[in-house]
Amino acid sequence: MAPPARPIVAPPLSPHLQIYRWTWTMAMSVFHRITGTALYGGTALVAIWLVALASGPRAYDAVAWFFGSWIGLAILFAYTWVLLHHMLGGLRHFVWDTGYGYDKSQRLGLARLTLIGSVALTIVVWALALLLH
Amino acid sequence: MAQFTLPKNSQISEGKTWPAPQGAKNLQVFRIYRWNPDDGQNPRIDTYHVDRDDCGPMVLDALLWIKNKVDATLVFRRSCREGICGSCAMNIEGQNALACTIGIDECRKPDNALPLLTRKDKDGAVRIYPLPHMPVIKDLVPDLTNFYAQHASIEPWLQTETLAPEKEWRQTPEDRTKLDGLYECILCACCTTSCPSYWWNGDKFLGPAALLQAYRWLIDSRDENTGERLDGLHDPFRLYRCHTIMNCANTCPKNLNPAKAIAEIKKMMVERAV
Repeated sequence: MAPPARPIVAPPLSPHLQIYRWTWTMAMSVFHRITGTALYGGTALVAIWLVALASGPRAYDAVAWFFGSWIGLAILFAYTWVLLHHMLGGLRHFVWDTGYGYDKSQRLGLARLTLIGSVALTIVVWALALLLH
Repeated sequence: MAQFTLPKNSQISEGKTWPAPQGAKNLQVFRIYRWNPDDGQNPRIDTYHVDRDDCGPMVLDALLWIKNKVDATLVFRRSCREGICGSCAMNIEGQNALACTIGIDECRKPDNALPLLTRKDKDGAVRIYPLPHMPVIKDLVPDLTNFYAQHASIEPWLQTETLAPEKEWRQTPEDRTKLDGLYECILCACCTTSCPSYWWNGDKFLGPAALLQAYRWLIDSRDENTGERLDGLHDPFRLYRCHTIMNCANTCPKNLNPAKAIAEIKKMMVERAV
């Protein structure tokens, strides 16, 4: 028997990102992507500093002044966190690639540790830098 | 590039608020996704009030209560009401679950969610949507054709070269235990439709459910087609789109761990290459 005639309507796509509850592991996966992309910008900062270093005292002074200003320090502080967060995220993925850390409490713990660890390490790095300066 | 927003025909608007039952003292609000292929409208969210004193404890009880007493046109799949058929998989309060095994109170207490990013309705409503990022057939019923085809593509049956034994294929108790945590999958699609990688690449990435079953046959001591099974998965998309986001393991109503099974497949790929 032929199916009953019915107008052909394109079915809607059910909502996804809009409604899915953010889990820790999902959020840290997104953070890893975002920080990885932001590191391109951070690497550019390092490159600018190196080019200035090679270009002589005038260029270097200008760049050093900018990095020493409040806005420069804020950018460097953010870059430090981005770098450390991406590093810890990389270590977390390294653990998972060996087949460990998949149980419920472990995966949640590793995801939380990435965020807590990166914030703590950033503060430690800056405290040391300011103390030894 | 993945499309993060909903296409025009899928955007959702506020729907109808159905009258609350007369004289009920213990009301629970439900907001439920509705879409009817016959009326030419976009999806909408209808609001229902359920009398908790007249209704069982599970989300499925509430859906049946609504269908029986308020709105007979509400469409959803259900069968066994005890978590073994996998029919009533849907997105409940932002996480995929079986409506029959998740309690109305339980679904509002997430145990692995980021508190800052967890949105709640002020009136304490339970929000119900179909499984995420799937074509909708009607209301809470998604089209699982692609999901089943992907399961079939991993050839989920015993494949052997040697002559079949007179009785059954034998297996030591140790080898049999390797299948625990794998064979229990009921193909409800909660895991696969919770996976952002599957959302963006569901046409090419096999997804957690199919890959868990792929591993179930790879690790079976009786199966003799391991090499070809691995060849079939050696692909930048089919297997390697898994980025250990772990929504699959967080959501599985049978407490299985597809993420771990996928990691084991990746390890097998490395081990046979070195």
